[in-house]
Amino acid sequence: MARMAPGETQGPGPAAVFDRPLLLTARQDLVGYVSSVTGRAVLFLVAATSVLAVLLIFTFIIKEAIPFFTEGGTLSAALGRLAEVFGSTQWYPEQDPAEFGMLSLLAGSFYVTFAAVVVAVPLGLLTAVCLSDIFPFNVRQVAKPVVELLAAIPSVAYGFFAVMIVAPWMQGHLGLPSGTNALNASIILAVMAVPTIVSVSEDALTATGRSLREGSYALGATRAETLVRVVIPAAHNGIIAAVILGMMRAIGETMVVWMAAGNAAQIPSPWWDLTQSVRTMTATIAGEMGETVHGSTHYHSLFTIGLILLVFTFILNTVTEWLLGRMRHGGGRT
Amino acid sequence: MNARRVSILMTGLLAGLAACAAAGALFAAAKETLTVQGSTTVGPIADAFAEAFMRKNPDLAITVTKTGSGDGAKALVDGQCDVAAMSRFMKDKEYKAAIEKGFLPVAHVVAMDGVCVVVHPSNPVSELTTEQIKAVYMGKITNWKDLGGADQKIVPISRDTSSGTYEVMNELVMGGDKMDPGVEYVTSNPDKHKRVSTTPAAIGYVGLGFVDEKVKALKVNGIVPNRRTIASGEYPIARPLFLWTRNFPELGSTIHRFVTFHLSEEGQEIVEAKGFVPVTNY
Repeated sequence: MARMAPGETQGPGPAAVFDRPLLLTARQDLVGYVSSVTGRAVLFLVAATSVLAVLLIFTFIIKEAIPFFTEGGTLSAALGRLAEVFGSTQWYPEQDPAEFGMLSLLAGSFYVTFAAVVVAVPLGLLTAVCLSDIFPFNVRQVAKPVVELLAAIPSVAYGFFAVMIVAPWMQGHLGLPSGTNALNASIILAVMAVPTIVSVSEDALTATGRSLREGSYALGATRAETLVRVVIPAAHNGIIAAVILGMMRAIGETMVVWMAAGNAAQIPSPWWDLTQSVRTMTATIAGEMGETVHGSTHYHSLFTIGLILLVFTFILNTVTEWLLGRMRHGGGRT
Repeated sequence: MNARRVSILMTGLLAGLAACAAAGALFAAAKETLTVQGSTTVGPIADAFAEAFMRKNPDLAITVTKTGSGDGAKALVDGQCDVAAMSRFMKDKEYKAAIEKGFLPVAHVVAMDGVCVVVHPSNPVSELTTEQIKAVYMGKITNWKDLGGADQKIVPISRDTSSGTYEVMNELVMGGDKMDPGVEYVTSNPDKHKRVSTTPAAIGYVGLGFVDEKVKALKVNGIVPNRRTIASGEYPIARPLFLWTRNFPELGSTIHRFVTFHLSEEGQEIVEAKGFVPVTNY
């Protein structure tokens, strides 16, 4: 209370500063207690919002997915649905009779995600190693933000690029009949996953510390040996987490795969033929939710796909958290 | 003193405003209502009709619900809506239910929904039969040379299965048979147009409004798709879009004006703007 505004003259004098009672009155005590409690409650609520949002999303999706299984009315009908979902590749939700085999959609997600990871991991990891250990500091200061900028490009812009440039290029130069296929989507997804992988694994590599590298050099290891045998193994938890985060970026991506993958609900045959068109779970939801009749079996089946997707990402996320936790606690040195 | 006078004035004004608002609410409650329910294909036309109607008659409230043709028929029979928007004719079962309720459902054709089969402009094929198109989408014909084109694998492209355009194709060409799993899907007519115009081996289908020089519309069973052949019913891949009413509406009533709105110039423009073919020709 002794604080004064700059223009104010010296008021009651220094003695006034100390004439306040040392003990709070009961009223002040109560006000202080109440405000501290409400303050905590408000902060708790703010912090709980995101947790609550996750729980609500889970509840809502489960609630909308359940009728897909229960509409038959009997347990055997529900089990039949379950068997159809995971046992058939025939996705004909609007046909009469409708078929809801989601195996080809699961396979589609797996194909593009896996192929994207195969491209993005070596690319991202090598970039991360260059940035953390090889490039001079100045280059790194510029290169890392540029790589991270890739993550800022909206995915619809990537999709447009895939349809208008990559697809005709594939048709013209690779002789493919259709340029929108698993390969196209995977390449674009890989480019999108690279910034995540670079950013997280570069952090992990840097976190191993200078002493580790100098110790290795002191033992006579070359720079290459130090990198491959010491630094990368030491940062492996962070690197795995980076790969999983990149994978999640790829599996959850919707717009790009919807535009670039062609959306044929099939499992490529032969199985390794990435130049065939596939359809992912995310693309199915995005493409069909718009005009499907609210409350129909088709509508509920899309929520079932959403639930499967949510469970997948939940598992991946948990694994990542665990690995990142190990990286932090162990300082990257396990 | 002055300030006080201003405040009195303000209070008076506010009270006046509140009174106006209350009166407005009363009038709003007394508004005439019209409910339309049904197809997601006809829905956009009904929506635009409703908008144009409400602009002209501010004391009319029209609600349009789009949940599918079947729901529209059911709601009309149950008396839950005044007009059912449907992209198909009523089924025998629905007709029977309506007659049991004591009325005759009457169909008003508001537009024709024609679907053009399109290929890349460089494709030498310019005519197909509906059987050939069906065979292509079922995966039975997979090479353009079987259709008189170059030796090239056919890339069939379809609209998403919930769209009205797919429905037309499924109904009039596929006859309910399943498309091959290898058929690619896009979500909109512009996307389809983009894919076909950049893929030499592609075949797709779009509404008449999306045909331009970048894609080539094929003759089907020897008939060129255009407004005249679609409106006259000669072109095979076209269907009428209906608004249904309980009995024929009383002449001059709101329902009557609504289901005949497509006959006006403004109504025709709306039908065209939504990518359908009007049955009138101004």
